[in-house]
Amino acid sequence: MFGLNKKDSVLFVLVLFLTMCAPFLLNPFPQGSELAQFNAGYPDLMQRFVIFGIFAIGFNILFGLTGYLSFGHAAFLGVGSYAGVWMMKLLTMNVIPAIMISVIVAGLFSVLVGYVSLRRSGIYFSILTLAFAQMSFSLAYSVLTPITNGETGLQLNLDDPRILGVSEVNGSIPPPNLFGLSLRDSAEMTFGNWVFTFNTGYYMCAVLMLIAFYISIRIFRSPFGMMLRAVKSNQQRLNYTGLNTKPYTLAAFVISGMYAGLAGGLMVAMDPLAGAERMQWTASGEVVLMTILGGAGTLIGPVLGASFIKYCENIFSKINDNILHQWFAFMPDGIEDVIVFLVHPFVGKGWHLTLGLMFMLVVIFLPGGLVEGGQRIGRLFRRRKPDAASDASQTKPAE
Amino acid sequence: MSKMDLTRRGVMKTGAVAGAGLAVPTIFTAGSASAFVNEPTGGSVTLGFNVPQSGPYADEGADELRAYELAVEHLNGGGDGGMMSTFSSKTLDGTGIMGKKVEYVTGDTQTKSDAARASAKSMIEKDGAIMITGGSSSGVAVAVQALCQEAGVIFMAGLTHSNDTTGKDKKANGFRHFFNSYMSGAALAPVLANAYGTDRKAYHLTADYNWGYTTEEAITSATEAMGWETVETVKTPLAATDFSAYITPVLQSDADVLVLNHYGGNMVNSLTNAVQFGLRERIVNGKQFEIVVPLYSRLMARGAGENVKGIYGSTNWHWSLPDEGSKAFVKSFGTKYGFPPSQAAHTCYVQTMLYADAVQRAGSFNPCAVVEALEGFEFDGLGNGPTLYRAGDHQCFKDVLVVRGKENPTSEFDLLEIVEITPAGQVTYPVDHPQFAGGALGNCNPGA
Amino acid sequence: MDALLLQVLNGIDKGSAYALIALGLTLIFGTLGVVNFAHGALFMIGAFCAVTMQRILTLSYEVVDPTRTDFLGQPLKVAVPYVEKFLGESAGAAIIDWAVPISILLAVPFMIFIGFAMERGLIKHFYKRPHADQILVTFGLAIVLQEVVKYFYGANPIPTPAPDAFAGSFDFGAMLGMEAGNIIYPYWRMVYFFFALAIIGAVFGFLQFTTFGMVVRAGMADRETVGLLGIDIDRRFTIMFAIAAVVAGVAGVMYAPINSPNYHMGMDFLVLSFVVVVVGGMGSLPGAVAAGFLLGILESFASMAAVVEFLPGINQIIIYLVAIIILLTRPRGLMGRKGVMED
Repeated sequence: MFGLNKKDSVLFVLVLFLTMCAPFLLNPFPQGSELAQFNAGYPDLMQRFVIFGIFAIGFNILFGLTGYLSFGHAAFLGVGSYAGVWMMKLLTMNVIPAIMISVIVAGLFSVLVGYVSLRRSGIYFSILTLAFAQMSFSLAYSVLTPITNGETGLQLNLDDPRILGVSEVNGSIPPPNLFGLSLRDSAEMTFGNWVFTFNTGYYMCAVLMLIAFYISIRIFRSPFGMMLRAVKSNQQRLNYTGLNTKPYTLAAFVISGMYAGLAGGLMVAMDPLAGAERMQWTASGEVVLMTILGGAGTLIGPVLGASFIKYCENIFSKINDNILHQWFAFMPDGIEDVIVFLVHPFVGKGWHLTLGLMFMLVVIFLPGGLVEGGQRIGRLFRRRKPDAASDASQTKPAE
Repeated sequence: MSKMDLTRRGVMKTGAVAGAGLAVPTIFTAGSASAFVNEPTGGSVTLGFNVPQSGPYADEGADELRAYELAVEHLNGGGDGGMMSTFSSKTLDGTGIMGKKVEYVTGDTQTKSDAARASAKSMIEKDGAIMITGGSSSGVAVAVQALCQEAGVIFMAGLTHSNDTTGKDKKANGFRHFFNSYMSGAALAPVLANAYGTDRKAYHLTADYNWGYTTEEAITSATEAMGWETVETVKTPLAATDFSAYITPVLQSDADVLVLNHYGGNMVNSLTNAVQFGLRERIVNGKQFEIVVPLYSRLMARGAGENVKGIYGSTNWHWSLPDEGSKAFVKSFGTKYGFPPSQAAHTCYVQTMLYADAVQRAGSFNPCAVVEALEGFEFDGLGNGPTLYRAGDHQCFKDVLVVRGKENPTSEFDLLEIVEITPAGQVTYPVDHPQFAGGALGNCNPGA
Repeated sequence: MDALLLQVLNGIDKGSAYALIALGLTLIFGTLGVVNFAHGALFMIGAFCAVTMQRILTLSYEVVDPTRTDFLGQPLKVAVPYVEKFLGESAGAAIIDWAVPISILLAVPFMIFIGFAMERGLIKHFYKRPHADQILVTFGLAIVLQEVVKYFYGANPIPTPAPDAFAGSFDFGAMLGMEAGNIIYPYWRMVYFFFALAIIGAVFGFLQFTTFGMVVRAGMADRETVGLLGIDIDRRFTIMFAIAAVVAGVAGVMYAPINSPNYHMGMDFLVLSFVVVVVGGMGSLPGAVAAGFLLGILESFASMAAVVEFLPGINQIIIYLVAIIILLTRPRGLMGRKGVMED
C-alpha cells in the first residue's frame, strides 16, 4: 500500500486506526466512575500525544538512523513556535501559513546548527547542539524579550495587526482556524455514561502525524536511510571508501529539525503561546528520553515513548490525596489510610518519582524500550500457538 | 531520499484518507445547549487549583493547595468557617456555591507556561472546571490568564507580582488580588527614605525576566522620586546560582544601597552572597551600607536564614496582622495544619472566597455575570482592610505591608515584622499609568 | 584592575565547584565510558548530608515558655537541642556551629555506600549497553534520588551556614597592599578553593603514585588487556566509581554554605558539568580541572557590567559560546584523548 511493504503497511494501518479512533480508545472508562481519572481522551492531551509523537519521530530519524545524539532539538521546536505565533500575530489566524513558516524557520535554523555541529561526532556533537539550544533559550528568556516576550511567552494580543484577518471579534482574539474551521470546535458523542470528544484540532494534528509517520517509514526504507544506517555502524569505513557522509547526516539533521518545527507550529496552532522553556535543555532531554523509552531506531517506538511521558505528566500529576481517599474508600479506615499513605508519594506532586522509576524499570527489563515490551508480548502469544499445536499433535495419537 | 516515489495514485489515496479524517467531526453537531462553557448541571461545581507542585516553588504551591482545601472545606460548611464570618459580604452560608457542593481538581504548573497551560486545559476540557486559580509566578499567571480568556472560564490569579498581569497583559476573565511591583515601590520608598535618608545611591541587581523588569522600574522610579540616585542596574541570568560575580562590582561602585529585584531561589542566593561579601558591615560615604528586597516571601526568607535580619521589603499579607479577618484565617489554617499560612496561601484562600461570593451575588456561574459582580466590588474583612476590585484593570487595591527581617525570631515562622501598613490610597495609581500601559481587558468571554 | 582581580577571585571559587564536579564526572564518564546523568544528584546528596548533619545535631526537645505565645496565642514551645543539654550550652552551640565541616564525616562513608550500591546494583550492568540506555537509566535514577530528597526535605532552599569563624569576609586588597575596602572576599570561598585544590591533588596523587591507580589508568587505556593479565579490573572500577561519588559528595557538602541547598541543585549543575568535561576533553582529568577553572573565570568576566553593556546577554551564554569555540578549534576539547566517545 502506498509503496510500503506488507509489514510496514500493517504498521501504518495500525497507527492510522489508533490515531483515528483515539477519542474512543483513550476514554475507556465511563464518566463519573473512579477510573475516569485515567481517561486521556480530552482534546489537549490527545493533541499533545500526536504533536510530541511528530517531534519524537523526527528526532528518531536523526538519532535512530545515524546515531547522532542531538541534545538541542528543542531549540528547533522553540523557534518554530515563535515563528508560528508571529505569523498569527501579523498575518492571519489561519494556521496553514503559521505551520509552514514554523517548518521553514526551524529548517533554516537547523541547517545553521547542523552545519556547525556536524563537524564533530559522538559526545562532542551532543555538547555542541546542547550549547546552541541553551544559548537560544537563555537569549529568548532575556535579551530577546522584544521578539519572544521573555518569561511570559509570546502570545496574541487584541491589537495585533493580522493583515489578512481580523484583530478582534467582539473584544476577543479570534480562535485559530483551518480555512474557517475553528480548531477549538469539538463534537461530543454520548454513549450511555461514556462521552467521546472529537476535536477538529486533534484531527488536523493526527492527519499531519500520519503524513509525518509515512514519510518517516519511506525514509527508513529508502537508500538514503540505508546510507544513514551505514553512518551509524561505521562512519570511518564510509569515509575511507571515499564517500562524504556529511551531506547525508546534514540532510537527516535538517529533516528532523523540520519535524521539530512542524511540532512547534502545531503546538501554537492548538494553543497560540510560545514559551521560552520549550527550548531549555530539559525539553531537549525529554525528546531524547521519549525516543529511547519507546525504542530508538524503531518506527513506532518514539510515538509510544512520547505518549507515555505525556500521559504520566498530565494524568498522574492530577491525582491528589482527595482522589486517593475516594478510590480506597471501600476499605476499612485504617487500611485505607495506610494504602493512601503508600500510594501518595507516587502521584500528584510526586509524579516525577513515578516517571523516574518507570524510566529505570523499562530500560532495565526492556532493553529495546516499550517496543520490545510489545514484541515480547507478541512473541508470548506466538509461542503459545505452536505449543498448542504440538499439544494437539501429541494428543491426537492417544485417541 | 532518491526513492520517494509518491505516485499520483498514492497521493490521491493519502488525500482521501486525510479528507475522511477531517470529515469525521462534522458528522456530529458541535457545541451544546448551555449558555457558557462547563456550566455546572449536577449537584456540584468543580474548581481547578493549578499550583506548582514540582520545581523550585513546590513548597509555595503546597501551601497554596492547603489554603484551597481549607477554602473548599469552609465553603461546604466544614471547619470553623474561617474568614467567612469576617467577610463583609454575607452571601456565603456554608452550603457550597449557589447550593452546589464545591469539588476541586489539582494540577502541577511546574512553573512553566506550557505545562501550566496544559494542566489548566485538562481541568477545563476533562474535569469541567468552571474557574482556574493558583500559580506562583507572573509568567505562568499571564499565560494561564490568557488561556482562560480564550476558553471562557474565570481565572483568579494566585501569587503574581509583575505589573503586566493587570497591566499590558490584563484580560477580562482574569482577576488579581495580590499586589504588584508598582505598589511595592510606592509603599517601600517612603519607609526607606525615612530609615535611610533621602541622599542614597542605589545599585540594582535584577532578575533577567519580565517580573524583574517591572519591579526594577517600579522601585527605581519610586525611590528616585524620594531623592535617591540609581547608580547602576544590572541584569542577572535567571539560571544563576552564584551571584558573586554580580555582587563584587557593588564593592567597586560608590553605591550605599543594594536592591535585589529577585524572588525565590534567586533571592535566597543573592542575599546570602551579598551578606557573605560583607556588604552589611560596609560603610560607604560615611553611611552604613543597606540591602533591600522589594518582594519578600516568608517561605523563601527561611531559605536565607540569618541573612534576612533587618532587611526591608514588602509583602501582600502577613500572619501577624491583628485584624479580625487575618486572625480568623490564621486560626483555622494553623489549627488544621500546625503552622501559620504564607502570603501565597492567604491570597489563594481569599481569591476562592471572592469568586464564590461573586457567583452567589450574581446568581449565576456565567463568567460574564461573575466579572460584572467582581468589577468595582468593595469589601472588607479579608485581611487587608477595605479593598476595591477595580473595574478598569481587575486589580485589587488595598493596604500593602512593609516588613523587615526580625532580629530575634521566636520560631521558624516568625521571620518578618511589620514596619508599616501603607494605606491603599498611597499605592493607588490610574489605570493608564505608564508602568501599566498597553493591552486591553477586552470583553468577558463565556466560552460557548 | 581591582575589578579584574575580583572577578578572577570569583572565577576561581566558581571554577573550584565546576572542577570538582567535573573531576568526579570525568572519572565515570570519561574513563569508565558511562554517561552518568545522576552525577548532579550525587552532588546534591552531598549537600543534603550537610543538611542532615545539621538536623541531627539540632535534634531537640521542647520546653514551654509561658511568657511568650506562638501564632495561635498558645504558650510558645522553645526547641532546645539535645547536644546543648548533654554537653552544656556553649559546647553544644559550638558543635552545631561547625555542623557543615562535621558533616564530611557523614558524607564520606555515605557517598562510598551510594557509589558502591549504584555501581554494583545498576551501572555495572550498563557498561556494555548503548549510551542511550545509560542516559535513560541514570536520568531515571537522578529523578528518583531528587524526588526522595524532596519528599523528606521539601523544595525550598535550606540555610546551612558556615561556622562563625569563617562566616565573614576579609580584605584581600589590603593584604596585597592595595586600597582597603575594594577587594573583599569571603573566608568560606577561600576555604572552598583550598579544599578543592586538596581534593584534586589527592585524586591525582592517588592515580599517579599508587599501584592501584596505575592499574586503573591501564584499565582506562585498554580494559581487555588488563583483564587478560588476570587483574580484577571490575573491582577496581567499582572503587573508582565510589571515589567519584565521594568527590561529588564532599564538593556538595562544602558548597552548602555558599548557596543554600535545594533538591533541584543537582540538575542545575548537571548540564554545566557535562559541558566542562567535554570542553576539557574526554578521558582527561587535567583537562576537566582546567576547563572547570577556565569556564568559571570566563563566566565571571562576562558578567562585568562593561562587558554586558558591550555585548548584551553575553553573561547568559558565555559558557556555551566558549564551549562551541573550543570544540570547533580543538576537535577533542582541551586535552581529550583520541577515540573516547567519539562515535
